[in-house]
Amino acid sequence: MNKSNKIDRKIAFDSSGGSALIIFLGPALGAIFLFFFIPVLAAFAISFTDFDIYSLAKLSRLRFIGLANYLNLMHDPLFWKALGNTFYFVLVAGPLNVIVALGAALLLNSKLVRFKALFRLSYFIPVVTTLVAVAIVWRFIYHPKFGVLNYLLGFAGIDPIDWLGDPLWAMPAIILMSVWKNFGYNMIIFIAGLQNIPEYLYEAAVIEGANRWQIFRKITLPMLAPTTLFVSIITMIGFFQLFAEPYIMTQGGPLNRTLSIVQYMYQEGFRWWNMGYAAAIAFVLFFIIFIATLIQFRVQKSSE
Amino acid sequence: MKILFILVFFINIWACSPSADSRIQIKFWAMGLEGENVQKLIPGFTQKNPHIRVTVQMVPWTAAQEKLISAFASNNLPDVFQLGNTWVPQFVALEAIENLDPFIEGSSSVKADHYFSGIWHTNEIQGQIYGIPWYVDTRILFYRTDVLRRAGFSNAPLTWDELYRLSQDIKKMHHGAEKYAIYMPTNEWAPFVIFGLQGGGALLKDDDCYGNFSSPQFKKGFSFLIRFIREGLAPMGISQVTNVYQAFREEYFSMYISGPWNIKEFQKWMSSELSDQWMTAPLPGPDRDTPGVSLAGGASLVMSQKSKHKREVWQLIEYLSEPSVQLEFYQLVNSLPAVRAAWQDDLFRNDPYMQAFFEQFHHLVATPKIPEWEQIAFSKIQQYAELAARGVMSVDEALQALDKDVDNILEKRRWLLGKNE
Repeated sequence: MNKSNKIDRKIAFDSSGGSALIIFLGPALGAIFLFFFIPVLAAFAISFTDFDIYSLAKLSRLRFIGLANYLNLMHDPLFWKALGNTFYFVLVAGPLNVIVALGAALLLNSKLVRFKALFRLSYFIPVVTTLVAVAIVWRFIYHPKFGVLNYLLGFAGIDPIDWLGDPLWAMPAIILMSVWKNFGYNMIIFIAGLQNIPEYLYEAAVIEGANRWQIFRKITLPMLAPTTLFVSIITMIGFFQLFAEPYIMTQGGPLNRTLSIVQYMYQEGFRWWNMGYAAAIAFVLFFIIFIATLIQFRVQKSSE
Repeated sequence: MKILFILVFFINIWACSPSADSRIQIKFWAMGLEGENVQKLIPGFTQKNPHIRVTVQMVPWTAAQEKLISAFASNNLPDVFQLGNTWVPQFVALEAIENLDPFIEGSSSVKADHYFSGIWHTNEIQGQIYGIPWYVDTRILFYRTDVLRRAGFSNAPLTWDELYRLSQDIKKMHHGAEKYAIYMPTNEWAPFVIFGLQGGGALLKDDDCYGNFSSPQFKKGFSFLIRFIREGLAPMGISQVTNVYQAFREEYFSMYISGPWNIKEFQKWMSSELSDQWMTAPLPGPDRDTPGVSLAGGASLVMSQKSKHKREVWQLIEYLSEPSVQLEFYQLVNSLPAVRAAWQDDLFRNDPYMQAFFEQFHHLVATPKIPEWEQIAFSKIQQYAELAARGVMSVDEALQALDKDVDNILEKRRWLLGKNE
């Protein structure tokens, strides 16, 4: 009975497998093709033209300009500045975020901590809070005259800092806020990872006489490696797309020190309608994220 | 019971279907507060023209340009809509809006000389009118009368020289406290352009194909303003001022170049004993004989080229331009009337803050009427004003770099003009 059923199914699959496949996968693939691949291909084509507000009226005003958009980008100081700012943000805020998240996860996973649920909740709340509201509150925290941060620093004898207005401090201020806002998500993933480490490993280490640092280095960290890779990649991809924080808090200023690559793309595309140029920026960003993800996978593989 | 219900349902559908409504439908998009309130003016129009139905849709200002351009791209523009008058050139370049000259010729109520000429001409592109001014605004000087009095000035400054000396005196009076004379943040391009224009410069040259910011005339006005920031008469940072009204109240600065949209807010914040300690004045000029010009701002009503009911749209524009309707609109949203006749009303004659605006409206200059202007102003001028103000670049370096960037932005325009020849 069972066997004949299997054979029947196999026959059915062979004869009408193609159409069944189309029926089940078709709609999803169609949607992806229509709403993802076609727009991406169109954007790629646009990046070789000077598509702008004039071309929107008449296509005869569109010029095919080959790689000119990409070449112009190479000579655009604002693009390099935005790229530099974005890398600054990713390279500082990314590791910082992972370290803080790991630290918080270790603390919350400790047996000595009470009210765990309360702490976990309060660290996680910023993640689910609207970024716009958070950014506005932080603008007050950073206020040079009545901000609470400068008030607290005053007790340590530190002169007031114009956090968002000083070209040197604006990016650190954005990084601080962004780490505070986002680390809770990674923390939850780390806690899950920590709870998956078998208890007997720790017990064995304690019997062997390992100290706490040794336990952390030799057991916790290696066991967390897959979690760390996942967290790092997700964080990096998200941070390369930095946009809302500077958009709301500094509008890219002062002196364009917080202008991110996505913000520059948005300005060129949707404020000044230089769609061709904006599409070129988008593909450069895509390429960078692609390469960075590849590197992280390689690093992970070689460490295995 | 059930049958009755179904019957009612079908009657409803029938009543709502467009075929049942023989009236001509006009779609009208307006922005922000104007969009919320203009609906209240529509009954006055439909009573006179019962065969027309007007559907008003409010579009938020921040998304307005994006929405209008995507509506154009998808062939969905409304019959009539509001445009900030610096946006008119973009929609002319898109060939989205109708030339209104034929309508104006046949009209008895909408005539060029009914309007402030500086404002009217912002809608004129290559000799043709594309929009009718709906309301007007411009930037003038808001100042603290009590602070000026303490500094020994009984009047608002009339010349650049007076503005500078007054600012120095106010700064001295504050004895090194972190307070300033005037506020001119580098994320507001308008004052930098205004003073450059007051210096007598044209912003662009050769048929608006190249930047002209490094001309000695523009440089004169631009460097005059940069000096205020460099010498500490105006604050550099913009993050200190999270609320301009509160800062004005606390004398953090005593002068601010701004527009009519701020009148109500200042009135609200300058309450009780401070309520009569501030005033508005026309902008100072380079010398006593030259009145200080300001920028022609405001919004216009424009007609879509694709509209099927142009005659009815024009009737609506004419209605909204009647002096009495303009006054009613002012009372609803505080937008200053574009029609000069409306200014004869007591509402304006008795309002001391309005005198300065009325005077300033006679000395207006329009910004270059090209679609690229928005990018030049908001992106480039602000960027280089900040670099010069912070001393990263000298004024000369900044203006030369500005010209270079502007020339790059205008490359397409040069190509298009060359193609037409």
